[in-house]
Amino acid sequence: MIVADRKPFDEIIKMLAPYSNILVLGCNECVTVCAVGGAKEVAILASQIRMRRMTDGVKTKVDEKTLERQCDTEYLEELKDVIGSYDAVLSLACGCGVQFLGERYIDTPVLPGVNTTFMGVTEKQGFWTERCQGCGNCVLDRTMGICPVTRCAKSIFNGPCGGSWGGKCEIDKDLPCAWHLIIERYKERGRMDAFMEIIPPKDWSTARDGGPRKRHREDMEI
Amino acid sequence: MRISYPTSIKIIKVPCTGRVDIIHILKAFEAGADGVYLVGCLEGDCHYLNGNIRAGKRVKYIKKLLEETGIGSDRVSMYNVSSAEGMKFAEIAREFTEKIKALGPNPLKLIRV
Ligand code: SF4
Ligand code: SF4
Repeated sequence: MIVADRKPFDEIIKMLAPYSNILVLGCNECVTVCAVGGAKEVAILASQIRMRRMTDGVKTKVDEKTLERQCDTEYLEELKDVIGSYDAVLSLACGCGVQFLGERYIDTPVLPGVNTTFMGVTEKQGFWTERCQGCGNCVLDRTMGICPVTRCAKSIFNGPCGGSWGGKCEIDKDLPCAWHLIIERYKERGRMDAFMEIIPPKDWSTARDGGPRKRHREDMEI
Repeated sequence: MRISYPTSIKIIKVPCTGRVDIIHILKAFEAGADGVYLVGCLEGDCHYLNGNIRAGKRVKYIKKLLEETGIGSDRVSMYNVSSAEGMKFAEIAREFTEKIKALGPNPLKLIRV
């Protein structure tokens, strides 16, 4: 899922300063699961904004709504009759949702209420960690299911580097060294031969280095 | 026992303090409450295992939200009292009331936008 973090409250208040009629808009997908932008968080943030605006002496109307998704036009359509009545929308979706909503309704400013941080997993209730950077050319089959692009601080392909110490990465003593994990698993599965294989340099043009990416399935077009 | 406690306190019964959500407390302040405190069972005595512990953590988080909102973090508290401690319940009610009196009314009530 896409993991995000709520923006600092003061930053949100500053962003909203020019507007008095605001819609706080949540998304029912990833940001709901990582407890930052679902209906619950929309209610909490809207309540906070109302109270803060009141103590600041600013007249404000804050409405709340949560869409199934903000990254699909069919759900954005739900707003077509109401969005015009707001001065701005504070979206709690990831950056994709914020942008897509803004593209659909160009006359209404759409502002980000969260910082989109990474693609990851729920390790335990209330704790999320990164797993994939969408490099566009997955190597998990060769690295025992552990992603060196994401989980190695240097994204190296020939680790561990000199900073690997006692199984931990040099950037953080609590962070497992990805290459230590990979090698341990090679050993467990008796596959050190795979580790010795020479792999040509990774083609990074499929990653962000090649510019914004797209995917097209003509057979699905209507 | 007929122990009295301040009449300004309005009791809202919930099956367990673990049921109290962040939004419930924020709504209380939006509606003009001067302070909100949760009274849960003693730690280790929760009928639902750890509802009171989770409520305690939630109260800590709510303090942060109230601080940034301008209401102030001191207006919310969590207490753990056993249902056999009537005297303590009344004592806490008085203590919290005094604390809130010292803080003054909910800032939202002083402002009319
Ligand atoms: S190798 Fe690329 S696609 Fe595979 S998990 Fe890592 S970043 Fe994601
Ligand atoms: S210690 Fe391991 S995870 Fe950290 S940078 Fe070096 S190889 Fe990568």
